[in-house]
Amino acid sequence: MKKSGPSALGVPAAARQPLRRRLTGWAFVLPFTAPFLLAVVAPILYTLGLSLFQERLIGGVSFVGLDNYRDQLSDPQFWAAVARVGLYLLIQVPLMMLLALAAALAIDSVKLYAPAIFRLGIFLPYAVPGVVATLLWGYIYGTQFGLVGDVEQYLGIALPDPLSSTLVIPSIGNIVLWLYVGYNMLVIYAALQAIPSEVFEAAKLDGARTWHVIVHVKLPAIRSTVAVTTMFSVIGGFQLFNEPNILRGLVPNVITSDFTPNMYAYSLSFAGQQYNAAATVAVIMGVVTGVFAFVVQRRGMRGVA
Amino acid sequence: MLTANPNPNPVHTEAAHAAPDSRRTQPPARRVRRRQPDGGSKKPRRSVLLTVLMTLPLLYSLMPLVWLAINSTKSREQLFSTFGLWFGDDFALWDNIVGVLTYNDGIYLRWLANTVLYVAVGAIGATLLAALAGYGLAKYEFPGRRAFLAVVVGAVAVPSTALAVPAFLLFGELGLTNTPWAVLIPLLVTPFGLFLLYSYANEAVPNEILDAARVDGAGEFRIFFTMALRLLSPALVSIFLLEVVSAWNNYFLPLIMLNDPSWFPMTVGLNQWNNQAATADGEVITHLVITGSFLTIIPLIIIFLVLQRFWRSGLAAGSTKG
Repeated sequence: MKKSGPSALGVPAAARQPLRRRLTGWAFVLPFTAPFLLAVVAPILYTLGLSLFQERLIGGVSFVGLDNYRDQLSDPQFWAAVARVGLYLLIQVPLMMLLALAAALAIDSVKLYAPAIFRLGIFLPYAVPGVVATLLWGYIYGTQFGLVGDVEQYLGIALPDPLSSTLVIPSIGNIVLWLYVGYNMLVIYAALQAIPSEVFEAAKLDGARTWHVIVHVKLPAIRSTVAVTTMFSVIGGFQLFNEPNILRGLVPNVITSDFTPNMYAYSLSFAGQQYNAAATVAVIMGVVTGVFAFVVQRRGMRGVA
Repeated sequence: MLTANPNPNPVHTEAAHAAPDSRRTQPPARRVRRRQPDGGSKKPRRSVLLTVLMTLPLLYSLMPLVWLAINSTKSREQLFSTFGLWFGDDFALWDNIVGVLTYNDGIYLRWLANTVLYVAVGAIGATLLAALAGYGLAKYEFPGRRAFLAVVVGAVAVPSTALAVPAFLLFGELGLTNTPWAVLIPLLVTPFGLFLLYSYANEAVPNEILDAARVDGAGEFRIFFTMALRLLSPALVSIFLLEVVSAWNNYFLPLIMLNDPSWFPMTVGLNQWNNQAATADGEVITHLVITGSFLTIIPLIIIFLVLQRFWRSGLAAGSTKG
């Protein structure tokens, strides 16, 4: 197995295979291809096409080149949505990663009583669908009938309204944090468990203390895992839709229909029938996300391989 | 006699470094330890302070679930008149459950059945298709193979939500919207899963075994189903679990693809019940939304608790070897 290890793109060891077997390769790949073309490739091509056309009241559909992109990129509504998501990411992602990292290190330290309870308990919200989580937190956030209101009544004090325009972004961040911190914790924990024990023995021989081991052994070893989980958090943030869209039912004046780029694209196509504009927003966000993912992967991998 | 080895020695290949995301795809390291990283051979010294500190995130994680469980037991009247984190005077859990199951001619059960259909077909289908394709790409040389791999790797970076609206428009032209196919077809595709299985098959399925089986006269697909699938099982489990969760939680895609409530999954249906309160003459059924949500998450929580060890090994399969 090792002596015939795959090369750059994993070329199989038996380099010259008979034609029949080469066609067998396609037979394995084909079942995946049909839904892949239908659900991924075709929508991408279709969106690219749509973004180059405009539907006018008079004259019907016409090719407009990059006009849609010019319009969107000079649209303050679009930029406001991007800025909102940017602000959200600045708060949400570092908090998520710090909490997940701290929890994973704590469980990995074997210093906890009943570590399984913490591992499972913090992971459990991941089993809750985002819709249910948002409904749930929406009730908790309520200042009139919700838990926040209950606490206000009980203590006789006024608490800040989590769904007011100043706090709604952190409140959305909290729901996403609640949902995914356990998942990220478990991924990081799995990476910590995969550090070879010889490394710890060497560190111990050198007389390293707990904190030194964390900073000089554990953190460098899980660097790329943290980079990848961070990347997925940021991609998720760019795509933010479910939580604000469901909370919008409670506070339609605070969470507008163009709150995030994804909601903006959704309302363009479903409320406004502006499919070409919606496609343009989707392409722009897809490119931004793809470029970001590429850059993080490049940076995260540096010094790891 | 061949036995499936769940922990093949990870071989660092050029491929694993050349392609993006591949660091996540190493097979689990053999050296999974029962170790004491800091204390060496000493017995681990447990810390009360650390345990107390960790109780805070634990309470944060469990409090909303406790709230949900408690409030599932309250009648509509008591729901908003009693303290959220304690029980009301009445215990209306059974009434609420009956209400959830019978409201609107029992549509909740229909949504449950739909969700089970989407999860079962989506997760099993996606895992199988990704396994076939990943194995095929890893073990056969064929024209177009490199291009295929490049397109799939590119698709990993494309977020599924960005595809939802264009997919809706396209499916609309094909007449697929408002049918279960509109939900199922996208669920069947997991480029990330394919890539993970491709990398895993490269290392976990030795060519020597395949050649030996061929000499014995086994057909290619028979080799795949009787031998390769077993060798791939650790990666299959982790992809299957991820697909179960994403199919179970699926919301955005069915929301835009489906108009007819009889095809809704649970997530879209529950939110529709919740929105009903906001409509002009809509009946407020918050107690049913809460109890329905509670019933919805119970199966997945049970699955999680039962399969937790697979989760850990599955995530280890997807984790980085630094």
